Amino acid sequence: MIYIITQFLNGLFSAALLFLIAGGLTLVFGVMRIVNIAHGSFYMLGVYVAYTVIARTDSLLLGTIAAVLLVAAVGLAVERLFLRRFASRPLPQMMMTMGFALVFRDAAFMIWGGDPFTLPYPALLAGSVETRDIVFPAYRLFVMLVAAVVGLLLWVLNEHTLIGAKLRATVDDPEMAAATGINVALVSGGVFAAGAALAAFGGVMGGPILGGYAGMDLDLLPLAFVVVIIGGMGSLKGALVGSIAVGLIDNFGKALVPELSYFTLFAPMVIVLAIKPTGLYGRG
Amino acid sequence: MKAVPFVAVILVMLIAGPPFLASYWVGLLTQMLIFALLAMSLDVLLGYTGLPSLGHAGFFGVAAYAVAVLSTTYHAGFWTCVMSGILIGTLLSTLLGLLVSHVRDVYFLMITLASGMVLWGLSYRWIPVTGGDNGISGIPRLDAHAGLPFAGPVAFYYVTLLVFVVSASLLALLVSSPFGFTLRGIRENELRMKSLGFNTWLHCWVSYIIAGAFASVSGVVWAYYNGFVSPTYLDLTASSELFLMVTLGGPGTLVGPVIGAGAIVLLKNVISAYTQRWPLILGTFYIITMFGAPQGLWNLGRRRRASS
Repeated sequence: MIYIITQFLNGLFSAALLFLIAGGLTLVFGVMRIVNIAHGSFYMLGVYVAYTVIARTDSLLLGTIAAVLLVAAVGLAVERLFLRRFASRPLPQMMMTMGFALVFRDAAFMIWGGDPFTLPYPALLAGSVETRDIVFPAYRLFVMLVAAVVGLLLWVLNEHTLIGAKLRATVDDPEMAAATGINVALVSGGVFAAGAALAAFGGVMGGPILGGYAGMDLDLLPLAFVVVIIGGMGSLKGALVGSIAVGLIDNFGKALVPELSYFTLFAPMVIVLAIKPTGLYGRG
Repeated sequence: MKAVPFVAVILVMLIAGPPFLASYWVGLLTQMLIFALLAMSLDVLLGYTGLPSLGHAGFFGVAAYAVAVLSTTYHAGFWTCVMSGILIGTLLSTLLGLLVSHVRDVYFLMITLASGMVLWGLSYRWIPVTGGDNGISGIPRLDAHAGLPFAGPVAFYYVTLLVFVVSASLLALLVSSPFGFTLRGIRENELRMKSLGFNTWLHCWVSYIIAGAFASVSGVVWAYYNGFVSPTYLDLTASSELFLMVTLGGPGTLVGPVIGAGAIVLLKNVISAYTQRWPLILGTFYIITMFGAPQGLWNLGRRRRASS
């Protein structure tokens, strides 16, 4: 029983990280129809930048801020200078992001080397929380809380602000949105940068546990894709539900049948797709 | 049929040239042919049917692994290995095809990407069978295994060339058949094809199976050429390299992928001799291709010829 509860909590922790990463992916897809292969690279860059800044300044907060801002700037540059030229042509855009994924991957390898590392824990959250017989690391609970707050903020932003209204209008019909005076290019650039920043933030949040290593970018990408496919592309609610599903399945799968961990992930995706090809909350 | 003289000249060079080349170049040519076949099989999906598959290296890898496992662990005979490799790859594409044939565009892309990663994950994690990261080495040499009277890189090259020419002819027949034209119809306007009474789902499925079958053939040849398989031949970089071969060369043609595969294999080998930074260069190459020749090199030349 304790084992199951601990695995359940671990699953929710993975879900929290996945939500931060897949949330950005699904937003970018919803607004720009881009399948962003470079999304895993933003996650990876976030961890590496935070690592460097924390090593220099000894401040976790500064590291987090630097990672988020820098990766957002990189995302904005990629969108402005490259992807914009292929607006509403998904295939060339996808290939472009794939090119960037390869470039970032190798550049990170060149700059930081391939040695694995983990980010330091915040001192306050280094211990564990104990209730009866269940012992769970405080930091993991903190990450779950942060993800919940981010999710709530995104939801409020999307549903109850003017920016959110413009965003939803752009998702629904970019041409009509442009006709009503919304600067679609600005919205797209902003969303792409925000998606990159979210991925970087997710990387930093997971940093003390998952750490950074060569190949981390492509390790997480399929998971994020499965989340988005299950939840429905472009849907924040879908990303939430998908993350929880994938987080739990992946954790129990790895714990129970480690050799087939990828298969346990694949099965629910197949079932969802067979019943509803656009995902749980996606629109056709 | 403007491609005919071009193809004929290349073919004559491919047949007559190798005995005069150093064995390094013969090996490189063999690699080019194997990947050209693989790229052509992807083009059936990507270029002709309009289904962007990002997991195509999976079939290639699975077939290669089948040969490797059967020939090393089970000491199976040559034809058992070859047939099982092709059959297992084709069977896999038949099953996966059932799942992916009703989705299109970016959905197709993401699902094939995910399924490709699953196959990679399997090759990486299913250590008792695949050897994990170490891969499987010690696949017998083709001449020894098949009992051929001649050995060496030139002989292997001619075997590859034979497989390539037979497969390419079959593919050429396929794409110029009514079935091939239906595929192109689906690429251009699926709704119209549907209302004309075509079962587009079935066509996509069959196209997926065929692509998987030819990818398996190239995987089997590769296993014998390389003598070694490892998860890197199935990963996302492999699938995206393949994707670039087709887009760089010219999707929707059979000559294009051959040019693309030749160019990428050549570049990869030449550049790897000087620097470790191949992914960086490949990525840059990707970006440049999208700016410079989004329709591929072969179509670039053709359009210029058409307009002049």
